[in-house]
Amino acid sequence: MSAYTPEEKVKLARNPERPGTADFIQALFTDFFEQRGDRLCREDASILGGIARFHGRPVTIVGHRKGKNLEENLTCNFGMPGPEGYRKAQRLMKQAEKFGRPIITFIDTPGAYPGKEAEERGQGEAIARCLALMSSLTVPTIAVVTGEGSSGGALALGVANRVLMLEHAVYSVLSPEGFASILWKDSSRSGEACAVMKLTAQDLRRGGIVQGVLREPEGGAHTDWEATFRTVDAALRKELAALDKLSPRVLVQQRYQMFRAMGRDLPAAGEEEA
Amino acid sequence: MNQFFARRRDRLLTYQAMREGKVAAGRRVACRNCGAESSALDWNRSDQVCPKCGWHAPIGAYYRLSLILDPGTFQELDEKLQPANPLGFPGYPAKLRATQEETGLNDAVVTALGSIEGHRAVFGVMDSRFIMASMGTAVGEKVTRAAEYAQRHKLPLILFAASGGARMQEGIFSLMQMAKTAAAIQRFQEKGGLYISCLTHPTTGGVTASFASLGDIMLAEPGALIGFAGPRVIEQTIGEKLPEGFQRAEYLLDHGFLDQIVPRSQWRQVLSQLLALHEKGGRT
Ligand SMILES: [Zn+2]
Repeated sequence: MSAYTPEEKVKLARNPERPGTADFIQALFTDFFEQRGDRLCREDASILGGIARFHGRPVTIVGHRKGKNLEENLTCNFGMPGPEGYRKAQRLMKQAEKFGRPIITFIDTPGAYPGKEAEERGQGEAIARCLALMSSLTVPTIAVVTGEGSSGGALALGVANRVLMLEHAVYSVLSPEGFASILWKDSSRSGEACAVMKLTAQDLRRGGIVQGVLREPEGGAHTDWEATFRTVDAALRKELAALDKLSPRVLVQQRYQMFRAMGRDLPAAGEEEA
Repeated sequence: MNQFFARRRDRLLTYQAMREGKVAAGRRVACRNCGAESSALDWNRSDQVCPKCGWHAPIGAYYRLSLILDPGTFQELDEKLQPANPLGFPGYPAKLRATQEETGLNDAVVTALGSIEGHRAVFGVMDSRFIMASMGTAVGEKVTRAAEYAQRHKLPLILFAASGGARMQEGIFSLMQMAKTAAAIQRFQEKGGLYISCLTHPTTGGVTASFASLGDIMLAEPGALIGFAGPRVIEQTIGEKLPEGFQRAEYLLDHGFLDQIVPRSQWRQVLSQLLALHEKGGRT
């Protein structure tokens, strides 16, 4: 058990020194070929994707990208994708399915971008299509929440056969600030929100939302990148080997049943303590 | 069954009238859009569309079903399904109980079997009186079951969405309902099922970003606010005022996200036409 409070974990998850999608790609994969653009409108750098080899075999990678310095942050819109990003993700995933490549996604976003153009071009529709597509893919899919996974913008890359989380990553319906602002009309109560949201990897593992928690080095992933990479690499190899044994039909079935079970058969509110 | 439906409908209409009575403290009701007052009778005659400006006021789920279904065909599905408190969120059970008492609903969606002009279908209608029709586990589960039921019985699925987004009090479980409902819709559609999505005021957040945007046919009521992010959040983010009509149904139609806009008085006719067009030749 870790000694960090949920609020401290949110800070760790947002630490800019933490390895991001680009770092994981560089460390864990070879031969990375980046694929850009949604073929409809534009390129959205807040989603990074392409083909690479994982221990020799071709896979498709899709992940959020926040950028490492201010210039990159701006180009990547601080990891908040627009519909073009989600449509690029769909394009890459469909292609992966066509060529029988497993898909690995890395989740790290404050959420989908709430902008004017994003709405104009169908942010909601783009995310919805990602969810529907991922639910039906006939290839193995693994999602890793590496930092902060906030709202539908995170889930859009998260409908996978296995959802794994780094030990201090967080995953939630909305950022704690947004949560506090909606429920209590006061975003400064985000600390309180962290405490009730059950957004830590450990909470989510218990709730059946994620299937694996990946240990981070003492002090957090940013203190020892190599150790973090080794852990993620081992987990991906193990999960991929297990999923390789499943037929396309069973892959779809297993994924459907996993998400189907979330929020089913819960006791009625007010009776859960009884 | 006919009597049962009539009883439900009466009860909801009574609620409606009571609520409006509170607002207007008399027999005149002000429009929340144009501000003009009309008599409660005129509002009722127009099915809660403003007699002055044509604004489509949100209506309750049973009330809407009573407007579109053939009399006596309503058969509620999963009527007993109760909301849960998966995070153990303080105060949430009490809020649920109070809202249940106030609205006569268990949660924010009613699902049912019914017919329009003799065409059978599975229906789901969200009700914004219930915590802004936010989607928690109960809503997600009922929508999913409706899609699964429609698939099992080879029936079309018609959902009327209205939602403020995710049910915050149910946290991550609420978020996961997006994946669950989208997956169920996808499955249903892959098997050849017809899904007609009808968007009503307001449809935002996680519902827009899941099942509501996945219709084979996409329809909306006039003036309905439809979007992922709410207008206030967008204005705060970009630091400017949004133009008139932004995220309204007409705007979405212009931007290619809807097939048609359907006034409240036309739902029966349009839905019955669509159901008939899909009756033969479709794979269902
Ligand atoms: Zn009016």
